[in-house]
Amino acid sequence: MLLTGNHAVAWGARLSRPDFMACYPITPQTPILEKLTEFQMRGELDAEILTPESEHSAMAACISASMAGVRVFTAMSCQGLLLMHEKLHYAAGLRAPIVMFNVNRTVASPWGFWPDQTDSVAQRDTGWIQLYSESSQESLDTVIQAFRIAERVSNPVLISHDAFYISHALEPVEVPAQATVDQYLPPFSPAQFLDTERGESIGNVVSPAVFCQHRRNMDQAMQLAVAATQECDAEWERLVGRGYGVIESYRCDDAELVIVTMGSMCGTVRVAVDGMRGRGRAVGLLKVRLFRPLPAEALRDALAGVADVLVLDRNYSPGMGGVLHQELKSVLYGMADAPRVHGYLAGVGGVNVSPAKIEDMANRVQRAAPAVNSQWMG
Amino acid sequence: MKLPESANEPMFYSGHAACPGCVMALSMRHILNTLGPDTMAVAAPSCAAIICGAQPCSSLRIPVYQTTLEASAAAASGLRRALDARGKRDTTVIVIAGDGGTYDIGFQALSSAAERNENMIYFCFDNEGYMNTGGQKSSATPLYASTGSTPAGKRSVKKNLTEIMAAHEIPYTATASPSHLPDLVRKVEKAKALCGMRVITVLIPCLAGWGLPDDAAVASARLAVDSGMFPLYEVEGGQRYTLNQATRTRPVKDYIGMQKRYRHLTVQQLDSIQAAVDTSWGHLAQRAAV
Repeated sequence: MLLTGNHAVAWGARLSRPDFMACYPITPQTPILEKLTEFQMRGELDAEILTPESEHSAMAACISASMAGVRVFTAMSCQGLLLMHEKLHYAAGLRAPIVMFNVNRTVASPWGFWPDQTDSVAQRDTGWIQLYSESSQESLDTVIQAFRIAERVSNPVLISHDAFYISHALEPVEVPAQATVDQYLPPFSPAQFLDTERGESIGNVVSPAVFCQHRRNMDQAMQLAVAATQECDAEWERLVGRGYGVIESYRCDDAELVIVTMGSMCGTVRVAVDGMRGRGRAVGLLKVRLFRPLPAEALRDALAGVADVLVLDRNYSPGMGGVLHQELKSVLYGMADAPRVHGYLAGVGGVNVSPAKIEDMANRVQRAAPAVNSQWMG
Repeated sequence: MKLPESANEPMFYSGHAACPGCVMALSMRHILNTLGPDTMAVAAPSCAAIICGAQPCSSLRIPVYQTTLEASAAAASGLRRALDARGKRDTTVIVIAGDGGTYDIGFQALSSAAERNENMIYFCFDNEGYMNTGGQKSSATPLYASTGSTPAGKRSVKKNLTEIMAAHEIPYTATASPSHLPDLVRKVEKAKALCGMRVITVLIPCLAGWGLPDDAAVASARLAVDSGMFPLYEVEGGQRYTLNQATRTRPVKDYIGMQKRYRHLTVQQLDSIQAAVDTSWGHLAQRAAV
């Protein structure tokens, strides 16, 4: 099927048989919402769809629906994701296995509609598992995988893909058969849920000791989530032949320089790597698909023995720089023969990052002493 | 007075965390006993949530989900739809929230749920301020009342929630008071028999916040009704008004005089409150007569 990234997401959601969705329109997410309501209208999707007055209310409704024991999906973007920030913490605290799709867009002010991952990266402390997708196909597959991950570890999952580069670009996508997805994703049957025949309540005040234990339980779930994501991906790959891992090393064998990034830029880096390899350069790509929990062990293993690492951040944390750059440095800290880690703020605000630009940045950093802070792409 | 039958059902337990003498507990008991066990509540952070109790204890027999302050109508919408998806359409979903979580920060979500005519009963326990945080003004605080954030007296009038809800043309909205329990119980029964969005605002005189003696809550609520400061009425479908009291029997100064939050009031201010109550009573009587 020829699908945009957003319509691929809608197909992934439809095939996962959610019982409840709450969505609010925002560019560039809206085609996901519209496609899902179209599926419902045609009788192809049997779900309650709520269209409230804000993303904040959408997430509030998603959480209570999840607490009542049904499978929940929602989608949003930038300002809406920030508006629901409070509820993201709330959902994770309640361990609600909601799956949410975010279309990465610049955060105002100033206004823009361009690809930039600051919106979702800024939610890294909310307790959601976070995955970044490179293509329409990966977005579709990841939505289905995400329900399995979320329900396995009782934790919400946020998936992101870049505005327009992925969300609105048409690509050939293989849409799996419903029977295949049903085989992979059994009906949601949580151990605990709100029901008048059970009588349990949830959400009221707890003691400091219970609160602390609660956070320790979240930590345990996050630690399990790396393996769970790996397993759910491998199980999907066995069924349909497509797997993505928690990270992916592309042409990294004997690489002296490895470029690390997330989302659609991985595709551009692949082209740049192919070009440089063609000219005899030992360069590779490390794609970070799972950003929360950050798969520290996998990253250390993948980058062991590499001389230089170049991180490309399509996000910006004022006063610190690129978030992935800083996090990768902390992951690699203390490693014997740790790579030199260089960081570029590349593509912030949606500016184009061409293969030539990537090669230029690679040339600047290789064998150079790394700057402490992230540098702006020229 | 003969107590309604709802007085003794085992839906609301002793040992709850309400302040001694608080009539919110009394109101909640009658409401829950009238609704029965196939009921689920969404609580906003408020005195109502405190009364429900800290985990793992609960003073309510029914399941309670506590959401964030601004989101109770949205959370109740999600809960309702999820129960519908599970085929549990007969379970009654209610909201128990305060005036801050209803008139102020939760207003947007409430208006949206009303516009969608979500199938729930929303109870606003209106104690005319943020009493759970120590008594600050909300948009339900009446004109000239002194609060922690309006020590010289509030300079704007109380928002009229029931009229705003009626303007959404929802099936049912009403005011109720713990001083008139049979009326409260009748309204809960009536709301329960209907479908769609139903909003009941219950006046809760706050002993600490209003400056009342521990045994004066019911008497204060009765004076609010009798003076016309808080008239008891119902609106069906946004159109059909019914006044549940024939007349006003007391001047507002009898109601205001017993509360410390009004002790700074000048004669002119008192007169202007009386004049405003006269005017709004006239409007209400006109609507009810149509």
